[in-house]
Amino acid sequence: MADGAELGRRLRERDLAAAPAVLNLVESRTEADREQTAALLAAVSPAALGGEAPGHVVGVTGPPGVGKSTLLSRLAAAWRARERSVAVLAVDPSSHRSGGALLGDRARLEVDPRDRSLFVRSTAAAERLGGLAPATRAAAGALAAAFDVVVIETVGVGQSETEVAEVADTVVVVVQPGSGDVLQFLKAGIMEVPDVLVVTKSDLGRVATRARSDVRAALRSLGASATAVVPVSAVPPPTGIDELLEAIDAHRAGLDLPARRLAGRRAHALADFAAEHGERGIRALGGARRARRWLADQDPDLDVAALVGGLEAQIAP
Amino acid sequence: MMRTYAGHSDAQRSNELYRRNLEKGQTGLSIAFDLPTQTGYDPDGELARGEVGKVGVSIAHRGDMRTLLHDIPLEQMNTSMTINATAAWLLALYIVAAEDEGIAAEKLQGTTQNDILKEYLSRGTYAFPPGPSMRLIADTIAYTVEHVPKWNPINICSYHLQEAGATPVQEIAYAMSNAIAVLDAVRERVEGRDQNLMGDVFGRISFFVNAGVRFVEEHAKLRAMSDLWDELGRDRYGVEDPKLRRFRYGVQVNSLGLTEAQPENNVYRIALEALAVTLGRNARARALQLPAWNEALGLPRPWDQQWSLRLQQILAYETDLLEYPDIFEGSRVMDGLVAELTEGARVEMARVAEHGGAVEAVDYMKAALVESHRERWRRIETNELTVVGMNRFTSTEPSPLRSDGDGGILVIDPQVEAERRAAIEEWRAARDQAVADAALAELARVAADPAQNIMEATLAAARAGVTTGEWSQTLRDAFGEYRAPTGVGEAVAGSGEDLAELRDEVERVSEALGRRIKFLVGKPGLDGHSNGAEQIAVRARDAGFDVVYEGIRLTPSQIATSAAQEGVHVIGLSILSGSHRELIPAVLAELREAGVGDVPVVVGGIIPEADAAKLREAGVAAVYTPKDWDLNGMMRAIVGLVAERHDTAAPA
Repeated sequence: MADGAELGRRLRERDLAAAPAVLNLVESRTEADREQTAALLAAVSPAALGGEAPGHVVGVTGPPGVGKSTLLSRLAAAWRARERSVAVLAVDPSSHRSGGALLGDRARLEVDPRDRSLFVRSTAAAERLGGLAPATRAAAGALAAAFDVVVIETVGVGQSETEVAEVADTVVVVVQPGSGDVLQFLKAGIMEVPDVLVVTKSDLGRVATRARSDVRAALRSLGASATAVVPVSAVPPPTGIDELLEAIDAHRAGLDLPARRLAGRRAHALADFAAEHGERGIRALGGARRARRWLADQDPDLDVAALVGGLEAQIAP
Repeated sequence: MMRTYAGHSDAQRSNELYRRNLEKGQTGLSIAFDLPTQTGYDPDGELARGEVGKVGVSIAHRGDMRTLLHDIPLEQMNTSMTINATAAWLLALYIVAAEDEGIAAEKLQGTTQNDILKEYLSRGTYAFPPGPSMRLIADTIAYTVEHVPKWNPINICSYHLQEAGATPVQEIAYAMSNAIAVLDAVRERVEGRDQNLMGDVFGRISFFVNAGVRFVEEHAKLRAMSDLWDELGRDRYGVEDPKLRRFRYGVQVNSLGLTEAQPENNVYRIALEALAVTLGRNARARALQLPAWNEALGLPRPWDQQWSLRLQQILAYETDLLEYPDIFEGSRVMDGLVAELTEGARVEMARVAEHGGAVEAVDYMKAALVESHRERWRRIETNELTVVGMNRFTSTEPSPLRSDGDGGILVIDPQVEAERRAAIEEWRAARDQAVADAALAELARVAADPAQNIMEATLAAARAGVTTGEWSQTLRDAFGEYRAPTGVGEAVAGSGEDLAELRDEVERVSEALGRRIKFLVGKPGLDGHSNGAEQIAVRARDAGFDVVYEGIRLTPSQIATSAAQEGVHVIGLSILSGSHRELIPAVLAELREAGVGDVPVVVGGIIPEADAAKLREAGVAAVYTPKDWDLNGMMRAIVGLVAERHDTAAPA
C-alpha cells in the first residue's frame, strides 16, 4: 500500500529513487490510491515546500518524425553533464481501441541505464489524441520537488501543445525544415506561441536556413519576436544543444514562476474534475469558462486536491 | 557449390571443423561469425557477455583470422562470409590473412554478405545508421571491383525478409529495391571513372534468397526475380552484356517453417524446399545451403550438418535433376504464376520508390513485414494454414533422434568466453600500441570525410593489429549510434473477435490493480532476431496491455532499469542465440538489484527442455519455445501470472 505523505517526504528530501513508486501511485485510479495521491501532492505543495517546487518543468512537443527523441537524448546528456538530475515523462500517443498501447518512446531515447539521476517513464496518452493523462500533471508537479529538470514529451501540434503549456514552465516546440504545418497552426492561432522554437536538421543547409527565416517571420508577424529560435543538428558532431539549453534557462530566468505554476495548478484541478465528472460535471458548474473564473478567485495557496474539492462541492446534491 | 554454414567458439576450433568438412567433400567455406563480431564488439565488451562464440566464431583481429584459415588453400577456396555491418572490416582481415600467406588479393574468391537493409528489417545485426552503412557498402564494392575482382562484395538478402514474414511479392520487391539503393550509391562512387565499371559492378552483385515449402510458387518467385534483374540491368543501369545481367543467387532454405514439434519432419520440408531452387535450370541456385533438421531446437551438431550435406549430394549425384534443360520452359501455368508475382512486385517496388527508395522506406517496409507476419501467425492459430505436427496431426511417438544425452543439439563450452576475454587482453598488450593508435586516428579522419573510401584505412588498421571492437567504435563515434524501427507501433489491430474474452480479463485485472497491466518485452544480448518478440508485443497490445517494447540489443542492466522505472507488472524476455544460460540469470540478478525482483519473468526462445527446467528453478515463471504457437493462450497465462502475483484472481 503506497503512502503518499511518505513519498512526498522522500521527494522533498530529493530522493530520486522514489520516482518509480510516485508514478505507480499517481497513475493508479483506485479510490485508496487517489486519496494517497492527494496526500502526496499536498506534501509537495508550495505551502509544504515553503515556495514553488525548484525543478524546471520543460514541455517538449512537435509533430512525429521531426527528431524529438534524438534531440531529447542529446538534451538529457547535456543536462546530466551539468550535473542536473532529469526526469522524462514520455506521453505516447499510440493508445489503441483494445485499450492497450505500445509505448515505443523509451526505445528511441539513448540513456545510460546506470545513471541514477536520470528517470524515464512512458505513459499512454489520455483518450484524446495527444492529450495529457491526469497522472502526467500530478507526476510533473511532484517530481519537480526532487529533480532539477522534469521533461514532458508529447507528440502532436495544437491541442497537446496547449495542454503542455498548462503544466510546463517552458514549452519547447520542435519543427523540421520543410514542414509547414507548425507555421500554419501558429498563424491561424490554433497553436499558442511557444517559449522556444527548435528547428532540427540544421545540417540540411539552405533548406534549414530558409526554414529558420520563415519561422522568424511568422513569429514577428504575431508580435512574438522575443521567442527564441534555435537551430540544432543531431548528426555527429551535434550542434546547437548548448544554445538550446541556454535559451531554455533564459526563459525560466525571465519567468514569473509562481504565477505560471498557480495557473497550472488551477488547470490541473479542472482537468482532474473533468476526468472524474465528465461533460455533465462541467455543465453542472455552469461551463468551463465559469469554472476557470471561479478557480482564478481562489486562495493561491490551495493545492490541487483542495481546488478539486471546491469544484465538487458546487455540484454536490 | 556445396557448403554448410559453420563456425563456433574460437578460430582454432572452427579451423578444425572446416578442415574436417572439406575432407567430407564440401567445396567451399561458409563462415558463421558470432554476434559480437557481427555487431562490432570485442569479446570483453559489455554487450558481448554470454554471446562469445555462440552462433559462430569469434574473430577479433588479424591473428584470429590467420588461425581460422590455417592450412586451408585460400587460392582455391570460395569463401562465403555472413557478415554485414562489419563486412568491410572482416574483408580487410581476410585480405591481410591471405597477404600473410603470400596470396595476392586478385586471386581471392568469395562473398561478403554486406547487406545492411535486411539487418534493420529483420536480422538486427546493424551497427551504424543507414546513410553511413550504405557508404561502407558502396566503398567495399568500389574497392573490390578494382582490387579483388573475383570477390562478390555484396549478397543481397531476401532470405531474412521471408523469415520476418514477407510474402513472395514482398520478398521480390524489397530485394530489388534494396539492390537499386546499393547500385545507385555505387554509381555515385564510380561515375566518371571507367565507363564499363558499372557493368562489372552489376555483374558482381549476387542474391541470397529463401525458399519456403510452397515450392512451386517459390520456384516462380525465382524466375520472376531473374526477369526483373535482367530488366533492371538493361534499363536502369545500361548494362549491355547479358552475361553480366544474369541473376546469380545462393539459397538457404526456410527456417521459419521448421518446427520444434516432431522435428524429424523438417527433413522432408528441407528436401522439398531444395527442389524450389533447383528444379528449373533457368532459375537455379549457384550455391545451396540447407539447414539442419533440429534448428528450431538449438545449435546443430556436426552429424546434423553432415545429414544436410548428404541431401544435397543425393540431389546432385543420384537424381537426374541436372541432366535436363529447363523443365518449365513453355509451361503456361508457370509463366502465369511468374507474371502474377512480377506484376505484384512492380506495384510494391513503386510504393517503396514513393517513400524515397529502400533506405528511406525502412520504416514502411518494417511495418509491412510485421503486419504480414502477424497475418501468417493468425492463419496458423485459426488452422487456415496447416503445419503438420504443430497445429494438425499432433499426436506422436517418442522420437529416438532426441534421446541422446545432449538432447540432440550442440552446446558451446562456457569456458570459451573466458578464454577469449583473456586472449584479447594479451593481444592488445603484445601489439605496438602507437602503430594501432595511429591507424585508428587515420580511420577516424577518413570516416569523417564521406568522399573517401574507407577500405585503405581499414586495411591499414587490420595490419596494425586493431581489434573488431576498436574499428567499430571508431566508426560509431564518427557516424553515431542507431536504433532501427521496431515496426510494432504501426501494426494494425488484430481482428478482436477471438480476443474479447482475453480483453475482458485484462480489463478486470487492470481495474483491480488500479492501472492498466504494463508488460515489458525485451531482448537481452546481441541476438537481433526480433520477429517473435514483435509478434508478442503486438498481440499483447491487441489484448489490452500497455506494452513497453524497446527493440533489440539490451544489457541486463538496461532491462532492469526499464522494468523499475516503468513500473511494469510482468516481463517477457526473448533470446534465440543460445545465450539464455548466461543472460537470463544476469537479468534476474539485476532485477533484484533494482528492487523489482518480485516482478514475474517469462522467457521465450530456442531453449532446450533441460535449460528450461534450470531457468524455472532460477525463478523464471514460464518458458515458451517455438512449439507454443498459441499466442492468445500465452497471453492468458501471462494475465494469470499478474493476477496471482497481485492476489486479484477471478472470483470463484
